[in-house]
Order: sequence, then structure tokens, then C-alpha cells
Amino acid sequence: MLGRVYSAVRAFARLLGSVSLTFLGLTCVTFVIGRVIPIDPVLAIVGDKASNETYERVRLQLGLDKPLMVQYWTYLKKVVQGDFGNSVMTAHPVLTDLLHVFPATIELATLALVIGVVGGIPLGVYAAVNRGRWPDQIIRFVSLIGYSMPVFWLGLIGLLLFYAKLGWVEGPGRLDVGFDDIVPTVTGMLTVDSLWAGETEVFWNVMGHLILPASILGYISIATVARMTRSFMLSQLKQEYILAALAKGLSPARVVWVHALGNVWVQLITVIALTFGSLLEGAVLTETVFAWPGLGFYLKNSLFAADLNAVLGGTVLVGVVYIGLNMLSDVVYTLVDPRARGNS
Amino acid sequence: MTMRTWLLDPAPGSRRQARLGGWFRAWLALQRNSLAMTGLVIVVLLLLVAIFAPVIADRNLAVQQVLEDRLQPWSWQHWFGTDELGRDILTRMIFGARITLVIVFLVSAIVVPIGLAIGLPAGYFGGWIDAVLMRITDIFLAFPRLVLALAFAAALGPGIENAVIAIALTAWPPYARLARAETLTRRNAEFIQAAELLGASHLRILLTQILPLSLPSVIIRLTLDMAGIILTAAGLGFLGLGAQPPSAEWGAMVSSGRQVLLDQWWVATLPGLAIFVTSLGFNLLGDGLRDVSDSRS
Repeated sequence: MLGRVYSAVRAFARLLGSVSLTFLGLTCVTFVIGRVIPIDPVLAIVGDKASNETYERVRLQLGLDKPLMVQYWTYLKKVVQGDFGNSVMTAHPVLTDLLHVFPATIELATLALVIGVVGGIPLGVYAAVNRGRWPDQIIRFVSLIGYSMPVFWLGLIGLLLFYAKLGWVEGPGRLDVGFDDIVPTVTGMLTVDSLWAGETEVFWNVMGHLILPASILGYISIATVARMTRSFMLSQLKQEYILAALAKGLSPARVVWVHALGNVWVQLITVIALTFGSLLEGAVLTETVFAWPGLGFYLKNSLFAADLNAVLGGTVLVGVVYIGLNMLSDVVYTLVDPRARGNS
Repeated sequence: MTMRTWLLDPAPGSRRQARLGGWFRAWLALQRNSLAMTGLVIVVLLLLVAIFAPVIADRNLAVQQVLEDRLQPWSWQHWFGTDELGRDILTRMIFGARITLVIVFLVSAIVVPIGLAIGLPAGYFGGWIDAVLMRITDIFLAFPRLVLALAFAAALGPGIENAVIAIALTAWPPYARLARAETLTRRNAEFIQAAELLGASHLRILLTQILPLSLPSVIIRLTLDMAGIILTAAGLGFLGLGAQPPSAEWGAMVSSGRQVLLDQWWVATLPGLAIFVTSLGFNLLGDGLRDVSDSRS
């Protein structure tokens, strides 16, 4: 018992160590991008019409007279406190902006992930069971199409077809202008907030806007989830316990969906966590197409306003979410799989 | 003895015969996979189009702005119609293939050597060298590719070169891991011990014994990765951070067609189709190649 606690603590310490190291690496890169690559960060802020005094003042303010290591340390301390500086574009602190736009992205990526998991896992299982036969081939081809799809292009085609031609869904944006400001902000996710406030009409309008971008992102993740599920399932179906369960007289459906799939979950958790990370990235492009006021939209606009603070703040945020997802999948992995616990 | 039986000889008489025979068997296996062959055809066609672009199309049509011909639908003169500046879309797509392939080529040329330079020593020496190198790899593996590329483009300014640097910086870690894994499986093989006994230096063993055996899986991985590289590059172009106008980059073409999407759909959708078909081609080919290499091992 004590040994188990000890090894769990050790595993946790190791994980924490590797997470902090990755975080240091991430901030190192954003620091280099923000402070070292721009030929003159001061000029980028004050503009070339500023007087020498202003230039010198800003230079000292930024701490650019100090050695690089000291500058990095100052930067790191600020980032840890959530201080990414002010956005040039909105004049708000970058963190405030990020917290304002991030729920919209989370909402989009979460629904897409649900679509990806609900669609991808059954397809993957079905393909594995029918290995080499035509259902497998079709599912494989459909996944490969998903892998090869430029998400922004699919978004445009979706808009053209389902919004402009068929009128099945609402257009770009998160909700119609008439519905603005009806629902008080609680979580920032409009689906949740509208249900919370009991405004079903708003909820359906939000869903009408959300469903197309979420389905498009969801299709891309169906491709990943289905393929990974298939290969995990194949390695399970080869095992002897499957044969034993069948010989014992269990129905093939039960063996596949309960016994084999049950053992695959552990690996799938990692895939799902990583898929969520890549969905956040896909959201950058999708949001641009659908004028979805989330993180990607914000990043893109900041980029063109040359708002480096905002871009780097957003990069750190996405990076931290990535690292967090990796850590989460590691932890869940250890909790679910007893074999992963003992060997560290 | 025909060429075929010579190639398929189970007891090859020379190293060259064995090697060619191995390739020929892989080719036969690949031929049986119709999806992979489709991919191969797409990739080869793309290469030909890119190489012979000036022969099959008139470069002037790609840049010449004929404003009275703006946004024309397809016709015998302009097969895919014209864009918002009256340029021929098909011609621009043909020249766009060159940009895409240059990006893919440059990224590969950066990514593979870096991955090998990190992964081979990590697997070969083990110990603290392995720990340090793989820690660095893990850090880079945890970076969101497109977002980091965005940040780079923001600092360096938009452009193809910077897009290539940004993509390469986030694309090398899987190669390092792969090279390390490949090295680990061979580290203790007898032929490595033999080479050590003969007094070969570590560098020599890495370059002449381990590297050649690791290359096939690296190349397969690269083929599968090409699609991802193409999509990221096109995404950056679409956001306005890759190739700059007036260059005919596919992603940028999709972006410029957005304004007229509802009335002149072809301006945005046809270049996007090129991105899709190209990345599908690489995916199909890579998938087939992986199958072939799996069944051999």
C-alpha cells in the first residue's frame, strides 16, 4: 500500500517536472519570437516618428538594457501571473481579451469533439471487425479524405451549400443581431448561457450558427478517431481472450463492444485529448471562415494589427491548453490502466 | 532468365540483385493497392505539371490583369473561369503547384536532417544524451503547429520563407522520435558490434550502418506528412501569412475568392480543390507505402 502511494507520488512529481519543463520551453520560444527576432521591439511600439527621449524611455521600460536572461526571467514571472501586457488593438489587457474570446472557441471545439467521438469510435470499431472487406475500405477512404481536407475550404463549401443555396443553417457569426445581449453572460458559451437563462429561442438560433462549423471540424476529427480506434481494436481482436470469450459462448457483439472496446478506451483517451488540441488549432481557420468571434478570429485580427502582445498571449494560452491536455491524458491513463502505474 | 525471375530470385547472387529485388517486390505489393496507385498517379501528375508549367500554360495569363474579363465563368478560353482581376484561374493553379511543391520540398529538406541529427544519437548513445535530446523533442512536440506558425509570421512578417521556417520548426519532432526508435531496434545487432570491433567510429557507424536502414521508414513518414505540410502551408496562405499576392499560392487564391463566393463560386472553390486533391494524393500514397512496409516486416 505504502509502496503504491510512493510510486504514485513519484509518478506525479515526474509528470509535474516534465510539464514545467515544457512550459519553460514554450515561454522561451514566445520570448524569442517577441523580444529577439523583431529587429527593434522599441520601434515596433513607439513608431518611427517618436523622439529620442520617448524611444529611450520605452527602451528602459521594456528592460531592453538588461541582459537577455534577466529579460526572460522578468517575462516568465509576468506570464506565470497571467500578465501578457496590453493589446495594442483593443487597449485591454491581453488576458482579459483572451478570457472573453476563448469560451466561443471552447464551445465550437467541444461540439466538434463530441461529433468526432460519437461518429469516429463506432466507425473505427466497425472497420476493424470487417477488416479488409468493403466497409473497411470505405471507412478508410472516408478518413483519408478527412485527413486531406483543407478545413477552411470545406467551410466555404459548407457555407455556399447549406447556408446560401439550401438555407438549412444560419450564416456566419455566433448568433443573429436581433438576439444580441438577451442572455446574460455566465460561462461565455452561448449554448450553455441561453439554456441557463431559459431562452430556448436564443438557444436554437445559437445552434443554427454553431452546427455547421462544428460539423466541419467534427468530420476532420472523425477521421482521426476512426483510424486510431480501428488500429487499437485490431490489436485487441488478435488477442487470445477474445477467442476465449467467443468459445465461452458470448455473443460476438458483446465481445467486440464490451470486451475489446473496453480495453481500447485507455489508448483512446490520449487520442481524444490530442484531437481536442488539434481542434483548437483547426478553429483558427474555421473561425476565420465563419466570422466566429473566438480565439482564432482574435489571433488573426491581432496579427494584422501587428499586435504582438496579443498574438504571443494567444500562443501561450493555446500552448498551455496543449500541455494541460497532454498532462490530463497521462494522468487518466495512469488512473485507468493498472499496468501504467507500477513501472515508474 | 527474364528480368522478372532475376529480380524475384529467392537466392540473389549479388547485393545489387538483392536490393533491386526488394524494391521490385515492394513495387509489386504497391501495385496491388489501387488506392495507393491512385495516390501515386496524382503525385506524379502534380510533379509533371509543376515542372512543365511554363510549357503547358502561358505565364502571362497568370499575372496579366484583364479587367474587362473579371470573374468570367468557364469558357473555352478560360477553362476554370477568371478571378477578380481577370486572371485565368487554371493557369494560376498550374503555377501554384510549383509554390506548393517548393514549400513541401524546403520543409522536408530542413525537417529530415534535423530529425535524424537528433534521433540517431539519442537512440545510439542512450543515457543522458538520450534524455536531453528527447526532452527537447517532447517540448517541441507539445507546440501547436499552426498557432506557433502564426506567431512566427507575426514576428518575422508574412512570406513563403517564414512560413517554411515556422512549419519546419514544428514538424521535426516526430522524425527525431522515429529515428530514435529505429536506432534502438538495431543498436545491439551483431553487425553493429562487428563494425565496432573493426574499429569504426561512432559517427561512421551512425552514417553508414544505421542511417541507411532508418531512411525507408523516415521517407514513408515524410510522404504521410506531406499532406499535413501542404494543408498548413495553404492555411497560412489563406490567413494571408504565406505567399503574398500576386503570387498564385492556392490558399491565398481561396482567400481572395471569398468575397465573391456566393456569386462566383469557382474563384474560391477550384484552387481549394487543388489543395484537397494534392494532399489526398500524398495521403493515399503514404498509406499504401506504409502497408507495404508493414507486410514486409
